[in-house]
Amino acid sequence: MPLPDALQRVAETVWELPASYKEGMRVPARIYGTEKLVRQMDDAVYDQVTNVATLPGIVKYALCMPDGHFGYGFPIGGVAAMDIEEGGVISPGGIGFDINCGMRLIKTDLTYDEVQPRLKELVDKLFAAVPAGVGSTGFLKLSRQEFRTVLNQGAQWCVRNGYGWNEDLDLTEDSGCTPGADASKVSERAIDRGFNQIGTLGSGNHYLEIQVVREENICDKDLAQDFGLAPGQIVVMFHCGSRGFGHQVATDYLQLFLKVMESNYHIRTPDRELACAPFGSPEGRDYFAAMKCALNMSFANRQVILHRVREVFSRVYGQPAEKLGIRMIYDIAHNTAKLERHTVNGKERSLLVHRKGATRAFGPGMAEIPAQYQKLGQPVIIGGSMETGSYLLVGTEGGRETFFSTPHGSGRTMSRTRARKKWRGRELQAEMEKQGIYVRTASWSGLAEEAGGAYKNIDEIVEAAELAGIAKRVVRFIPLGNIKG
Amino acid sequence: MGYHYLDDSATADIAFEATGESVEQVFVAAAEATMNVMVEELRSIEARVEKRIELKNRDLDMLLFDLLQELIYYKDAEQLLLRVKEIAITERDGTYLLRACAAGEKLDPERHEQRVDVKAVTLHQFRLQKTDGIWKALVILDI
Repeated sequence: MPLPDALQRVAETVWELPASYKEGMRVPARIYGTEKLVRQMDDAVYDQVTNVATLPGIVKYALCMPDGHFGYGFPIGGVAAMDIEEGGVISPGGIGFDINCGMRLIKTDLTYDEVQPRLKELVDKLFAAVPAGVGSTGFLKLSRQEFRTVLNQGAQWCVRNGYGWNEDLDLTEDSGCTPGADASKVSERAIDRGFNQIGTLGSGNHYLEIQVVREENICDKDLAQDFGLAPGQIVVMFHCGSRGFGHQVATDYLQLFLKVMESNYHIRTPDRELACAPFGSPEGRDYFAAMKCALNMSFANRQVILHRVREVFSRVYGQPAEKLGIRMIYDIAHNTAKLERHTVNGKERSLLVHRKGATRAFGPGMAEIPAQYQKLGQPVIIGGSMETGSYLLVGTEGGRETFFSTPHGSGRTMSRTRARKKWRGRELQAEMEKQGIYVRTASWSGLAEEAGGAYKNIDEIVEAAELAGIAKRVVRFIPLGNIKG
Repeated sequence: MGYHYLDDSATADIAFEATGESVEQVFVAAAEATMNVMVEELRSIEARVEKRIELKNRDLDMLLFDLLQELIYYKDAEQLLLRVKEIAITERDGTYLLRACAAGEKLDPERHEQRVDVKAVTLHQFRLQKTDGIWKALVILDI
């Protein structure tokens, strides 16, 4: 793909489009990636990241991570920080329809030799325990009122009701509950869509994987040891979000912002999906409170799924989950907006940082990360395709360049429609089994759409992040078993 | 008239174009296209449950948006797969009114071969227009 003429390389893995590139840009746009990755990016990325640069209150740069690709309003991989004291806006497109789509990484004391002979049994039982696919419902039968309580309390509700351990909360972003959620700011339709869905995976690129650490995939021996990860060790990783609830919250507020943006706030955006409102406006505040409900619902969702993982492993191995050492490493959100304090031009400012398909990655010593990770940096979990595996990284001091943000995944190179024509789900499953990966899916065509060949190379993505100094690789995990919707 | 999916219009999601000789026809085609993203064979959906749908919007394209969102809503809220059977769209005093009857059933993994879940209708490149007597809709669905 030819690069825009105005694109300048400002560092090995940092490319910039100046503010003069497009009318209305308030700041330059910066795209992170190797030349190869940047050339792979679709044209829409340049268009979208420069549109983001026109949003009121944006500070420093509109950013795009190495896994950047076409999104709605913001590119996926988009990061933008708004100064809320300078008329900064909040934009649902900067968070995504799947609010708090995120990743959870769990370690176990089990080894490859213990898991491999029972892999099919584990995967089959997990497939039954964690519903996936179109409109699936979870085992948790909540009333609408109980669901509203979950929206306010997040994963803390789950632990209080026996679906987890206290330490799980310490190792979740925002301790599994973002303060300021207000269930009265979400529509009844959103509740209708989501109250039966806690404990479900969804579909598309969502997954639950059993993975292994191999010696040759340990990138930093010291860090791996600090995380308690050793060769042959089994981990579990899953990727899912706020399900129909979050999707409806996003849709509802996008519609609302479209109605009021121009008439009430005299804001125009180049793209309807970039609809926004001033953070301090009634609509902005309401959306932020509703968005937090979806953040909390998603933390609760992943907490309940962890509970099911513990139940399944415990049943298969005939031992309590505590004895099997099934413990959290971390849980991150990669579709959110957070109020954070960052230093810009020597001055500390309160910024609303939008991360859409981008992961927060605080560096060592930052107050918000758990005590046990203070020296290491915040864990960052970046998911690859189902055939290639995923990574654990840590945030670094260099991350201040991107408001401590990193990529979130591989990013697609091919549309779902094309991938469905190129691959057949059943053949792909058989191929993967030959490679030693056992996958159960609710959808054969969905599986085809998720073929590794439809995704960018995860190794290149994380290498680009490390070269840019915004994250440090710890270990790559290899998939063994996988459940998909 | 009907619909087809677009190979290169949305990398992470699904785009389709629906056509019809009348506005009602294009609405039905778009509804079918949306359901067909989620279920392999629309004919496998039996008409066991009926839902009456009534929607209003000042913009015709947003009326289509509302109809597709309604189908997505029922998929999650009641696990219903619905096909639009009858539809009438009228206009009065600058507001469009849609009345439709949709029929379907709860998703049954044994009988309905699933494709992929739809999260939302996006507004990206979303359009509904009539050219040379043919109605065309372009829709990108978030997956």
